[in-house]
Amino acid sequence: MNQPVQENLLLGDVSTGAPLPELAKVVTPVTVVLGAMASRDWRPQHHDYKFATEHNGLDDIIMNTPNLAAWFERYLTDWTGPKGRLGRIKFRMKDSVYPGETMKFVGSVTAVGPAEKDVGWVDVTVELRSGGKSCVGCEARIALPATPEANPWKLRGGDWRP
Amino acid sequence: MSAESADDLPEIVQSWIGQERYVERTEFPIEMGYVLTTLSATQNANPLYWDEAVAKELTDGPITLPTMASVWFRPHDWSPGRTKPAVALQLHFDLKDELGLPEAVMSDNTMVFGEPIRPGDELTTTQILYSVSAPKTTKLGAGRFWEFGVRIVNQNGDLCAEERYTGFGYNRVTPDKEAK
Repeated sequence: MNQPVQENLLLGDVSTGAPLPELAKVVTPVTVVLGAMASRDWRPQHHDYKFATEHNGLDDIIMNTPNLAAWFERYLTDWTGPKGRLGRIKFRMKDSVYPGETMKFVGSVTAVGPAEKDVGWVDVTVELRSGGKSCVGCEARIALPATPEANPWKLRGGDWRP
Repeated sequence: MSAESADDLPEIVQSWIGQERYVERTEFPIEMGYVLTTLSATQNANPLYWDEAVAKELTDGPITLPTMASVWFRPHDWSPGRTKPAVALQLHFDLKDELGLPEAVMSDNTMVFGEPIRPGDELTTTQILYSVSAPKTTKLGAGRFWEFGVRIVNQNGDLCAEERYTGFGYNRVTPDKEAK
């Protein structure tokens, strides 16, 4: 299921413990190969079935990490809208994502900070499950506007503290 | 804060800790083609990247996806005159070679974002080794963990991103044939 990019979320719209909307996506070989090429990752386990299965002992070609990072970013900014500015993201790879599986992103808010210069930080935790496995754990910190006029992208220098 | 390093490391590896290495320029000016392909690959409809008016209003012009920071320092698969394959994160491969650990995986990856990366930017990357652990054995095999990072600055000297990786280099566990 694809989710439309939402209107800009405001800091006051979120609270600790609130869930993020779930995102589900069926993974195809094109998903894997297109993502690897877009992220300039030429390693064969991301496009060569024979190499992946016979050399690496995998079940199939696998999604590459930089492309998964882009999927996490898409998941987060679907939720925040375009003013949401990613400051920090940390992820831990636990298992592989294969074609034929359905990726599911689920997340929740873990902390909401106070507004400074009309912008505040929100911490979230996100889990990517695929094929019934927990594949990637992710923690992210994203800046949201506190007012409709505020814009986190305008913060520079010492005002931007991710 | 970095973990403390082991005291049994080869001298050359010890000398790399905290040293800036592989200060390199990206191979081409940043461009939007890869950005659009990434948006397509992830079915990302964020108008900040698709709509010039939104980009002008929010970010004073087009920017690239923050999570693409590592994309720009991956080398071409081939380029004229190269005598051996180029790899991203050469420091990681140096550690594998010097420590005699042919296999490796990345377990943790942290990215912190600063000044947005824009089309036309020319970036400089610097790799830094923070720590190497004492020998450890995991289900993958026997080896060591290492923590290293990449700093990415633009042509104005602005910090655009810092990435930090935890890798585990190892020798595969050999099945005990006598036990079969």
